[in-house]
Amino acid sequence: MSGLRVLFVDDEEELVSAVVERLQLRGIEAMGATAGADALRLIERETFDVVVVDVKMPGLGGLEVVRQVKAQHPTLQVILLSGHGSYADAEEGRHLGAFDYVEKPIDIEILIDILRNAAAATERVDR
Amino acid sequence: MLENSASSDFESTTHVAEPETSGGGVRPQSYRHLRRLVVLAAAAVSLLPLTITMVINYVQFRGALQAEAVEPMARLTLNTKKSLELFLSERRSGLLFLAYDRPFTELCGQASLTRVISNLNRSLEVGTFVDLGIIDDSGNQLCYSGPYELEGRNYLDQEWFHEVARRGTSTSDIFLGFRESPHFAIATKNDYPDGGFYILRATIDAEMLSEQILTTGLQPTDDVFLINREGILQSPSRRYGEILTPIPLPVPHYSPSVEVVELKDDRGQAIFVSSAYIHNSPFVLVQIKPAEEAMGRWFTLRSELLGFLIVSVGVILTVILWGSRRLILRIREADERRTALYHQVEYSNKLASIGRLAAGVAHEINNPLAIINEKAGLLKDLVTLSEATPPRDKLLGIVDSVLSSVARCRAITHRLLGFARHMDVQSETIDLHALLKEVLDFLGSEAEYRNINISFDVPEDLPTIESDRSQLQQVFLNILNNALAAVDNGGTIDITLESGEDHTVVVTVTDDGKGIPETDIKKIFEPFFTTKKGGGTGLGLSITYGIVRKLGGEIAVKSKLGVGTSFTVILPEGRKV
Repeated sequence: MSGLRVLFVDDEEELVSAVVERLQLRGIEAMGATAGADALRLIERETFDVVVVDVKMPGLGGLEVVRQVKAQHPTLQVILLSGHGSYADAEEGRHLGAFDYVEKPIDIEILIDILRNAAAATERVDR
Repeated sequence: MLENSASSDFESTTHVAEPETSGGGVRPQSYRHLRRLVVLAAAAVSLLPLTITMVINYVQFRGALQAEAVEPMARLTLNTKKSLELFLSERRSGLLFLAYDRPFTELCGQASLTRVISNLNRSLEVGTFVDLGIIDDSGNQLCYSGPYELEGRNYLDQEWFHEVARRGTSTSDIFLGFRESPHFAIATKNDYPDGGFYILRATIDAEMLSEQILTTGLQPTDDVFLINREGILQSPSRRYGEILTPIPLPVPHYSPSVEVVELKDDRGQAIFVSSAYIHNSPFVLVQIKPAEEAMGRWFTLRSELLGFLIVSVGVILTVILWGSRRLILRIREADERRTALYHQVEYSNKLASIGRLAAGVAHEINNPLAIINEKAGLLKDLVTLSEATPPRDKLLGIVDSVLSSVARCRAITHRLLGFARHMDVQSETIDLHALLKEVLDFLGSEAEYRNINISFDVPEDLPTIESDRSQLQQVFLNILNNALAAVDNGGTIDITLESGEDHTVVVTVTDDGKGIPETDIKKIFEPFFTTKKGGGTGLGLSITYGIVRKLGGEIAVKSKLGVGTSFTVILPEGRKV
C-alpha cells in the first residue's frame, strides 16, 4: 500500500531517523519530529494519515499531542509509542482517541500492520 | 499526594524527637538493669511491710510474754517480802511487849529472862530466839540469858548499838559474832521515864530466815535469797553459794516495791532479777530466774516467727526473681519481635525502593535498546530491501549509533551497580552532593518528562561526612520521591546543602507543591500514615525518620499550604551510633 503518510514523533533523534528510513524503504512516506510542539506544527503544514507519538517526552508529552490532534483533526489517527509495561498511559491514550499503541523496542512489521489498520479505519470512516 | 485545602495561609512545623521507630536492638545490659530495678522495687514493696510487721510482732510478743513470765516472779517476791517483814515485825513486837510489860529490873534476873525466852518462843511457834540480853545506855550488857557466855560485855563500839540509840530499833546483818555461827540480832530501845534508856536485844539463827523464805511455796528451780546492801549473801543461794559470800551481781537500787530487771550474770547468761527491800531491815530479797527458763515460750515463738520470716522472704524472693525473669524475657522477646518486624518493614521498603529504581532503569535502558533495535533493523533492511550497496559512510554511521546506544546502556547499568555496590558497607566517607546527584540520576528522567526543575545550592567547602551510604540513599530517595509526587508538572525542587552547628551538614529539600495541612504534618513521621489515594504503605517517611535517627541525625518538616513543603535533614559529620 503506497501513499501512506506517517509522522513519527520521539525525543530520541537516532530512533526517529532510523524508523523513518525503514518505513521509507518499505514505500511509506514517513517524516520525523523530535518534540511534541514540532509535530503539531508539521501536522498543520503537511497532510498525514497516521501520527506515531511517544508517550514520554520532555515538553509536550504524547498524551497531550493526542488531545490536541484529536481536537483539531478528529480523523487523523494517532498511535502511541510507550515503554514496556506502561499500559496505564496506553489506556489513557485510548480514551483520548488514540487508535492503538506500540511497545518499544518496535517490531517494524507490527508497526506497519498497525499503521495500515489505522489508515483502513480512516478510509472506512471517510467512506 | 496530599489533599489541597484552599483555606489557610499558615505555616506549620514538626520536629519529632522520640526515637519511637528506631530499629536498633536493645543492649543486654539495659535488660539486666531493668531486671535489677524490677527486683529491687518488688522486693522493697513486699519485704518492707513484712519486715515491719514482723518487727512489731516481735516486740509485742516479746513484751507480752515477758510480762507473763515476770509477773508470777514478782508476785512470789512480793509474798516472800511480806512474809519476811511479818516475821521480823512479830519478833520486834515480842520484844517491845516485854519492855512495856514489866520494868527491866524485874526482867534482869537469870531465871526470869530464861522463862521469858521460853514463853516468847512458845508464843511465836517458829523463829526461836537463841538468847536475850539487856544492855544499858553505856553499852554494858547488864544481864543475858542464852547458851553463850556473853554477860558483862560492852557494845558501845558496835554500830547497831548506836542505831538502836538513834532509831529505837535495829535489825542487824547476818554475822558470826563471838559464837562463830551465822545469826542476826533484833534490838529495841526502852526509855526510862527519868531519862536514859536500856536495850533489849535478842539474836535469831540465820537458819530461821532461810526457812522462812522456803515457806512461801517456792518451786525447786527457784533461787530466792537475801543479801545485804553490800551484796553479801544473807541466806544460801542455789546459784551463788553459801551465806556470807558476796554475789557477783550489782545490788538492786532501792525501791519501795518489787523491781524486776533483766541482766547478764557473771557467766554471761541472761537472767531475770526480781528484788525487794525488806522494810526495817538491812535485807534485800532477791529472786533469780534464768531468762531461758522464764521465757521458754518466747524462745519457741521467736524461732517460729524467725522461721516464718525466712520462709516468707525465701518464697517472695523466689517468686520475684522468677517473675522478673519471665517479665524481662517477655519484654525482650517483644523487643526482638518488634526489631525483627521493623527490619522486615525496612527491608520491604528497601525492596520497594529498589523496585522503583528498577522500573526507572528499565525505562531508561529501553530507549537506547529501541535505538539499537531500529539501527540493526535498518542495517538489515538496507541489505535486504535496497538494490544498491549502501555507502560505507552510512553503514559506519549506523554502527556508531548502535555503539553509542550500547555505551548509554552501559552507563546506566554501571550507575545501578554503583548504587547497589555499597549496600553492605556500614560506614564510609560520603560527599553528600555526589550522593544526592546519584540518587537524582534515577529520578531525573521522571523530572525531565514532567519538566520539573531541580536545582542545587552547594557551598564549595561543604565537609564530607562519615555515614552509611545505602541508608542515606534510601533517605534521600524517599524524600525526593515525595517531593516529585508533591509538585505539579513544571514545578521546582530546590536542594540546598550547608554546614550546620556542631559539625553537622544540613540538607534541605524544598518543593513548591501543594503543601501539607497542619493536621497531617504532626502525623507525617508516624508509621502507616498516608494520604496517597489508593494507598502507599505509609511507611516511607517513618522509615526515613528511623534511619536518620539511627545515623545520629535529625529530620524536620516545614510546610505552608499552597506554597510548598521543605524537609530538613541534619546529619553529623562523624558517625554517632
